[in-house]
Amino acid sequence: MRERKMGLATRDAYGKTLVELGRKNRDIFVMDADLAKSTKTDFFAKEFPDRFINVGIAEANLVGIAAGLAACGKIPFISSFACFLICKGYEQFRMSVAFSELNVKVVVSHGGISVGEDGASQQSTEDFALMLSLPKFVVMNPSDEVSARALVEQAAKYQGPVFMRTGRPKYPVIYHEGTQFEIGKGMLLREGADLTIVATGILVFEALMASDILAERGISASVIDIHTLKPIDRELLRQQAEKTGAMVCCEEHSIYGGLGSVVASVMAEECPVPIAYVAVQDTFAESGRPDELIQKYGLTAANIVQTAEKVLSRKHK
Amino acid sequence: MQALQTEELCRIANEMRKDIIRMLAEAASGHPGGSLSVTDILAALYFKTARHDPNNPNWPDRDRIILSKGHAAPALYSALARSGYFPVDQLMTLRKLNSPLQGHPDRRRLAGIEISTGSLGQGLSVGIGMALARRLDQKNYWTYVITSDGEMNEGQTWEAASFASFHKMDHLIAIMDYNKFQLDGAVKEVLDMEPMVDKWKSFGWYTFEIDGHNMEGIVKTIELAKTIKNAPVMIIAHTIKGKGVSFMEGNNHFHGVAPTKEEAERALKELDSHKF
Ligand SMILES: Cc1ncc(C[n+]2csc(CCOP(=O)(O)OP(=O)(O)O)c2C)c(N)n1
Ligand SMILES: [Mg+2]
Repeated sequence: MRERKMGLATRDAYGKTLVELGRKNRDIFVMDADLAKSTKTDFFAKEFPDRFINVGIAEANLVGIAAGLAACGKIPFISSFACFLICKGYEQFRMSVAFSELNVKVVVSHGGISVGEDGASQQSTEDFALMLSLPKFVVMNPSDEVSARALVEQAAKYQGPVFMRTGRPKYPVIYHEGTQFEIGKGMLLREGADLTIVATGILVFEALMASDILAERGISASVIDIHTLKPIDRELLRQQAEKTGAMVCCEEHSIYGGLGSVVASVMAEECPVPIAYVAVQDTFAESGRPDELIQKYGLTAANIVQTAEKVLSRKHK
Repeated sequence: MQALQTEELCRIANEMRKDIIRMLAEAASGHPGGSLSVTDILAALYFKTARHDPNNPNWPDRDRIILSKGHAAPALYSALARSGYFPVDQLMTLRKLNSPLQGHPDRRRLAGIEISTGSLGQGLSVGIGMALARRLDQKNYWTYVITSDGEMNEGQTWEAASFASFHKMDHLIAIMDYNKFQLDGAVKEVLDMEPMVDKWKSFGWYTFEIDGHNMEGIVKTIELAKTIKNAPVMIIAHTIKGKGVSFMEGNNHFHGVAPTKEEAERALKELDSHKF
């Protein structure tokens, strides 16, 4: 059994990296909407009180102010829970940020259902769908502490609007310290011959565990970490699809409009193979411990194994 | 008679506070501060001023109560249980998998919840919709929206405020739990909303300012508010976050952190010592 060594929550990794970036770059300006304690922008606020503003519970205003700052050369990083910032700030993201192609960095916490006990109103299973459809927005979802830190750094360097989801609970460690990441380049974590498991975020570790279980059953799986959903790594996906002939997409997001939808549309053009999905079905989740929710809503390694076996039976037809 | 009733309401509110402490300690997560500050207001509504029937939660003529600050759900659940919507024992399932007592109110799962909340700033608009339906259906119920100082930050609140007075919405009573704190700190430091009374008056609302822990005052003001015609009413209730438990009062650590077992014991002991 693969060891589940827990690292930081990706929101903590974000908070820490932001402080390091703030020391190097005077143009970084951070804002939050009364959730600084939860998104971890409070680390930055403590060290750089002059470059931090808490706008209060006013997400739409937050996005607009960020657009104005970006238009004047600042690099705003703005944070709140995924559900509130994306849903309440969406029209402002569309009009003032995306349509104006401004250099705003949107880093949300409490992505997915692993938020836990607070329940569905504070969880987010629609953020990818919403942000993917805004032109030019880069959409990222790191899978552990190391990738989160690296991708926040990349986001600061990148010119243009970026969305990144982070999570509330501690994430298992996937990467060695110092691993290199590049926006838009998927990580091939394991190479197999029978199918490809494409995962993002907290589901990457589950995908690796699933590949272990499948290996015991004589099935060899490739595992890809898609930390950038847009632009997605078409080349890597095509190459693995051609090699393995089947895919399972895994995400802590609605089955509609997230990783699975993007991969399906890419594969339909590049290399049509049977694809199956591990995702939240057409429902809101609920209150419960994160692990209970991951289980109840079908996002475990066991669910991936089951789905893999189903997709393999379609492949052999 | 009135005095006796007030005492009884205060006693119920104290029981509700004990429920809140027990529930949150058992769940080991949730929001004590804003639940304890809104308790007296909810007690006044559910046990005195609002018309509702626990045996017939969908009674078309019932008053509508919206907890717009949904994170105070434990206070609402206690009021619902103690007025007879479900057994008090069930309170201990708060925030557990499959429980109807979700972290924030979910109308699909629990009878008595008029609208699901948890994203701040939306309840006032929904309340306007219910008050508008009352007018269209020529019914006689009141819609109560429990809001907060934090919710005053949201733009939607002021869109709703403009609409309600322009359209002369009556039978609509908002009660603000003005406990002076939001999540990251004091409202005064995050986004000061003063002058609060002047704001609501200038938006065309009939505005009262009261002590949100004076039971007699809360009840009398609500009764008075029901006599106002052709205008929405805002009752600004000055409250203390964490009210009733001395080490939680005005201590915003307890905004979103549940008491430990030990803290809960201390809190319950203190609440038990209150005399009415
Ligand atoms: C739109 C939205 N943004 C952020 C949050 C997270 N949040 C939960 S409680 C809270 C502070 C609320 O302050 P207030 O409404 O005054 O609550 P109270 O002091 O009564 O507990 C915040 C920001 C939320 N629930 N909804
Ligand atoms: Mg408050």
